[in-house]
Amino acid sequence: MALLEINNLSVEFKTAHGAFRAVDGIDLAVEAGQVMAVVGESGSGKSVAMLALMGLLPWTATVSADSLTFDGWDMLALSPRARRRIIGKDLAMIFQEPMTSLNPCFTVGFQITESLKTHLGGTASERRARAVELLGLVGIPAPEKRLSAFPHQLSGGMNQRVMIAMAIACNPRLLIADEPTTALDVTIQAQILDLLLDLQKKTGMALVLITHDMAVVAETADAVSVQYAGQVVERDRVDSLFAAPRHPYTHALLKALPERATERHLPTIPGVVPGQFDRPKGCLFHPRCAFAGDLCRAEPPRLLADAQGRAARCHGPLDAAGQPTASRDLAERAAS
Amino acid sequence: MLSFLLRRVLLLIPTFLGVSVVAFGFIRVLPGDPIELLAGERSISPERHAELMARYGFDLPLWDQYLKFLTNLASGDLGTSFVTRRPVLDEFLTLFPATLELGLCAIVFAVAVGLPAGVLAGVKRRSWFDQTLMTVSLTGYSMPIFWLGLLAIMVFSGWLGLTPVSGRISVMYYFDNVTGFMLIDSLLSGQEGAFRSAAAHLILPTVVLGTIPMAVIARQTRSAMLEVLGEDYVRTARAKGLPPARVIGLHALRNALIPVVTTIGLQVGVLLAGAILTETIFSWPGIGKWMVDSISRRDYSVVQGGLLLIAAIVMLVNLTVDLLYGLINPRVRRR
Repeated sequence: MALLEINNLSVEFKTAHGAFRAVDGIDLAVEAGQVMAVVGESGSGKSVAMLALMGLLPWTATVSADSLTFDGWDMLALSPRARRRIIGKDLAMIFQEPMTSLNPCFTVGFQITESLKTHLGGTASERRARAVELLGLVGIPAPEKRLSAFPHQLSGGMNQRVMIAMAIACNPRLLIADEPTTALDVTIQAQILDLLLDLQKKTGMALVLITHDMAVVAETADAVSVQYAGQVVERDRVDSLFAAPRHPYTHALLKALPERATERHLPTIPGVVPGQFDRPKGCLFHPRCAFAGDLCRAEPPRLLADAQGRAARCHGPLDAAGQPTASRDLAERAAS
Repeated sequence: MLSFLLRRVLLLIPTFLGVSVVAFGFIRVLPGDPIELLAGERSISPERHAELMARYGFDLPLWDQYLKFLTNLASGDLGTSFVTRRPVLDEFLTLFPATLELGLCAIVFAVAVGLPAGVLAGVKRRSWFDQTLMTVSLTGYSMPIFWLGLLAIMVFSGWLGLTPVSGRISVMYYFDNVTGFMLIDSLLSGQEGAFRSAAAHLILPTVVLGTIPMAVIARQTRSAMLEVLGEDYVRTARAKGLPPARVIGLHALRNALIPVVTTIGLQVGVLLAGAILTETIFSWPGIGKWMVDSISRRDYSVVQGGLLLIAAIVMLVNLTVDLLYGLINPRVRRR
């Protein structure tokens, strides 16, 4: 059994204009020690699904799932108290904005030792020693001195290192990194990613990396789950996905990478992710899809895996040459 | 830190001078002069009137009177009441403990009720508790103090007979004035029932005086809490698996307190202004009632000296609050 198993997870938000489904039947499985990338545009429900797992969504959210298990625990059935014994300890998360994710009123040392005190106990001096060790581990110079620093005295990159130190304090089995480099300078982004992967290798924890940067995925992950408008549209190993994407959306994402550009202008995907009021009938991606036929407009496709376990939510997944393997035309389908 | 403190203290000087002009000018723009009021219904001859005006220096040009006031002030002399013939500072020091006792009780009441209520309303937003509290606090905030005071006396003292109507303690008890605080002195006296009586006399004035600060603190705490609970660091605290009491009571509240402490400091001024009405309604022998009595007697030196002292207290409290601010908000702390 996988370390993290999510089956058919949906999250709905109550809004003034009715319910909004931010996550629509997502499946995800993460093995122990695996690096899983979750990719998608803004609004594709990447963060929301993970926040649902952590139990950090606001009261306006309704979470439902066939199963949401971590390390054998049914996270939906757990009492809040039992859940709090797991999150922050075996299941940790870091966020997008390091400058606002740390409490401005408390020192770095206080915020790190607080996690240790809550989950592991120990004496004050043991916790302090562990905090120094952790700050050293995440590459903060002069860790002893930094314990008494407040977040506003550190840079964004340093604060993200502190966040990482805090998250790995209790040796989690799974770390969720929600766009950990988006708010940082480009030069710092690579450092933080290297640090995360380095720690992942050292500790053997699993890592879920939420990102919208395909280049990051290529460098870091073992497996990848591509999300679009709250649904998983493709799931695969990184090497085969980059070699031959099967879903047109992934195909278009990869074509938009500067490294892969062949023309003067970078290719883009026309249109935007559908929102609460403009969800199309049929396949959610069809208005932006280069290959859409009338089948796509009529009927939503299901997420189907091929013989190698490569799953795509498409009526006619692409082959290695980037051409549809089946017709998306109702009349032609009926004929064949 | 020291230079910061020094700068803040130096800044008090122009404020203080401004207040002295207002305090000096305020009583003099009121119609009627002190000599006529002193004479009462008996008429006074113009010669005698002029003689008395000259004796107290009221015949000098305003500019000279103000300079004299300032030079006396510089040597620590606030003047003498020409009604009681006692130095203004002595009168103030005799009466201030009564106001301080009432004010402290009122601010403690306001914070002890307003802060937790505001936190709870913020956490349980839109619950019946939140909506009730917001309605009650708006009512409390809009209710004039004199009206609230009279209403409270009518209901709790008149109809229900639960509390005394006025004064600081029942006339049955008499003991020496040691600290000036009736709660402490009554305990020191060792007389049975004295403390109970002093406490009972404090209840209504405390509630009446503390209502507006309580309402303001509750609303400010609620809105600060609402804002802070949406912050990323509160989500981080939850993600660490901390119990809700710690997330709210430590991580959120510590940040929410920053604007609330400023508000509490500003309420001290409101409190002293409210004390004037509250003390008058409850015949509380403090500086508020002293000011009102002195204004109606046109006791120039008492009014200008008393106003100056009250203003000085408000300024000092606000200075203290500003310094406290650095303690709870590390971002403004000077190195």
